[in-house]
Amino acid sequence: MSVATQDTALRTGRVARTLIYLFLLLMALFYLLPFGIMVINSLKPLSEITGGNMMSLPQEWTLDAWRAAWSTAQIGVEPTGMRPYFWNSIKMVVPAVAISTVLGALNGYVLTKWRFRGDTILFGLMLFSCFIPFQIVLIPMARVLGLMGLAGTTSGLILVHVVYGIGFSTLYFRNYYAVFPTELVRAAMMDGAGFFRIFWRILMPSSGPITVVCIIWQFTNIWNDFLFGASFADFDSQPITVALNNLVNSSTGVKEYNVHFAGAIYAALPTLLVYIVAGRYFVRGLMSGSVKG
Amino acid sequence: MSFLKIDNVTKRYGAVEVLHRVDIDVQQGEFLVLVGPSGCGKSTLLNMIAGLEEISSGTIAIKDKPMNGVHPSKRNIAMVFQSYALYPNMTVGKNITFGLEMHGVPKEDRDRAMDKVADMLQIKPLLDRKPGQLSGGQRQRVAMGRALVRDPDVFLFDEPLSNLDAKLRVDMRTEIKKLHQRLGTTIVYVTHDQIEAMTLSTRIAVMNGGYIQQLGTPKEIYDTPNNIFVAAFMGSPSMNLLDAVIRIKGPDAAAEITDYNGHPITLPLPLPAASLAGRDGTKVVLGIRPEAITDPDGADKSAKIVVQMQNKIDVTEPAGSDTFITTTMVGKDVIGRMRADAHVNAGDIADLSINMDKAVIFDPKSEDRIV
Repeated sequence: MSVATQDTALRTGRVARTLIYLFLLLMALFYLLPFGIMVINSLKPLSEITGGNMMSLPQEWTLDAWRAAWSTAQIGVEPTGMRPYFWNSIKMVVPAVAISTVLGALNGYVLTKWRFRGDTILFGLMLFSCFIPFQIVLIPMARVLGLMGLAGTTSGLILVHVVYGIGFSTLYFRNYYAVFPTELVRAAMMDGAGFFRIFWRILMPSSGPITVVCIIWQFTNIWNDFLFGASFADFDSQPITVALNNLVNSSTGVKEYNVHFAGAIYAALPTLLVYIVAGRYFVRGLMSGSVKG
Repeated sequence: MSFLKIDNVTKRYGAVEVLHRVDIDVQQGEFLVLVGPSGCGKSTLLNMIAGLEEISSGTIAIKDKPMNGVHPSKRNIAMVFQSYALYPNMTVGKNITFGLEMHGVPKEDRDRAMDKVADMLQIKPLLDRKPGQLSGGQRQRVAMGRALVRDPDVFLFDEPLSNLDAKLRVDMRTEIKKLHQRLGTTIVYVTHDQIEAMTLSTRIAVMNGGYIQQLGTPKEIYDTPNNIFVAAFMGSPSMNLLDAVIRIKGPDAAAEITDYNGHPITLPLPLPAASLAGRDGTKVVLGIRPEAITDPDGADKSAKIVVQMQNKIDVTEPAGSDTFITTTMVGKDVIGRMRADAHVNAGDIADLSINMDKAVIFDPKSEDRIV
């Protein structure tokens, strides 16, 4: 891929090149600016922020706001900090991502290698779920969760996110497995491997890139979800996005901007980490579905 | 008792019938090649033997046990795929023993079987590598190793050589033939390459349009093709098919064609006139193989009927071992095969010897061979 990029890159002079890099650097700074401001202000005492200058570096560096946001800040009515909600989110995201990814992979496997009558229609319907706006399902979903006895629980949120996630994860894996040689599956069948053995021993070991894509996508979406968290969770199962809202929008007391900034960074950190760790597989995985090799 | 019995087998996809009532009996140790153009149903038939496609009607039996509905892994067969289908995430050794592992064979026995096969195919040094690190020929060997290690009743080959370059293909062809001679296993082999079919098989089934056109030994197929399709498909360059008129004089029959100038030429036929009764003066299709049209010195000395004629040479194609010439008879291109050193040039009027011993006659309407 790098060879191809070199070949197609325009030949440019030194001046033009400098200008291009300068422009790119500026744009990068522009994009990083909000995050930078958040970090800077989270490291200041509140007096420096209310004193007027949000853009300047802290005169007195302090981690007090970070500590407060994590464990003592007022969220709703309780001074618990973000900590319990952070774990709520983890407890919701990890199973939801794992289940929707595995189910998506199984769906993709069945839809490409165990074709049956009407499989394309079924796939079309599953794709449709990617385009259903969240708001439409709020009330029916609340009813279903109530009937299942999952209302206001983390398990209920996991169910909602798995149901919504399957559409995308199936799409990813189906397109990836569509170019996976069927002869391999047939060879494994003749070797005596069954449905699940073929899946675990033959397909899964070759599915690294698309699994990473699916995990990043699902993790980001589910972690960042606010609507379902606000609608279906109780106080003891609310995810961090809801807690952040409650922290920032509390109508009593002084607005502690430095604590709000620190809280927002806590809420953004896991998705950032996932991108940094697995990001380079992201493009590779997206490409490998369309162009083999 | 036949080893592999394909009895009245039909394959339908919805309303479309792609294989029509196929009957083949394969004896133990036979090397049967299914050959035909793409879409003739040969791969479908192979997949049905393998159990990868359902049989719409009829039965396939191995060792007298009907195989309809039996899972592929329980048929005691092994298959070599066109793309080799090696598991990319496993080493060569794992690839070879995966089937045994799935059948619950203990590790020591698996390793012993793997060593034996690796020795036989000379792939010992490759056992720890991944398929991606192997060349085409090596992958081919590993794919065969994976089939051999199971010690199956029947081997199925699905165009195994078509992904190799020309030279390697010839080498692997010889290898497969050696392997068959050494092990004496029963093989069903699918190819679209008629040279592979001729060289490897003990019997050939030529297929077209879902029908078996002819089933026979390579010699039968080559010398006495059932119909025009088989005649044209088998042999390279393919058989010359000329419009001719039958002339019967007493006990002798002859076919009349014209040379490049349109002058009539009479070619005596190796058939008794009785077999062509009632066809005097009618049109037929005369089939002559290129190797039967030679320079006079290259003619087969033991041939019974050789006709000498002069004809204009349009094109010469020296192939090293032979020189192919194109000339015109009955207004059509005719290919002949001369010795490499024959002195012919394009545009010459050259002496040609036509060996009529193996000439065949087809009915122009039914396209079947007469007699």
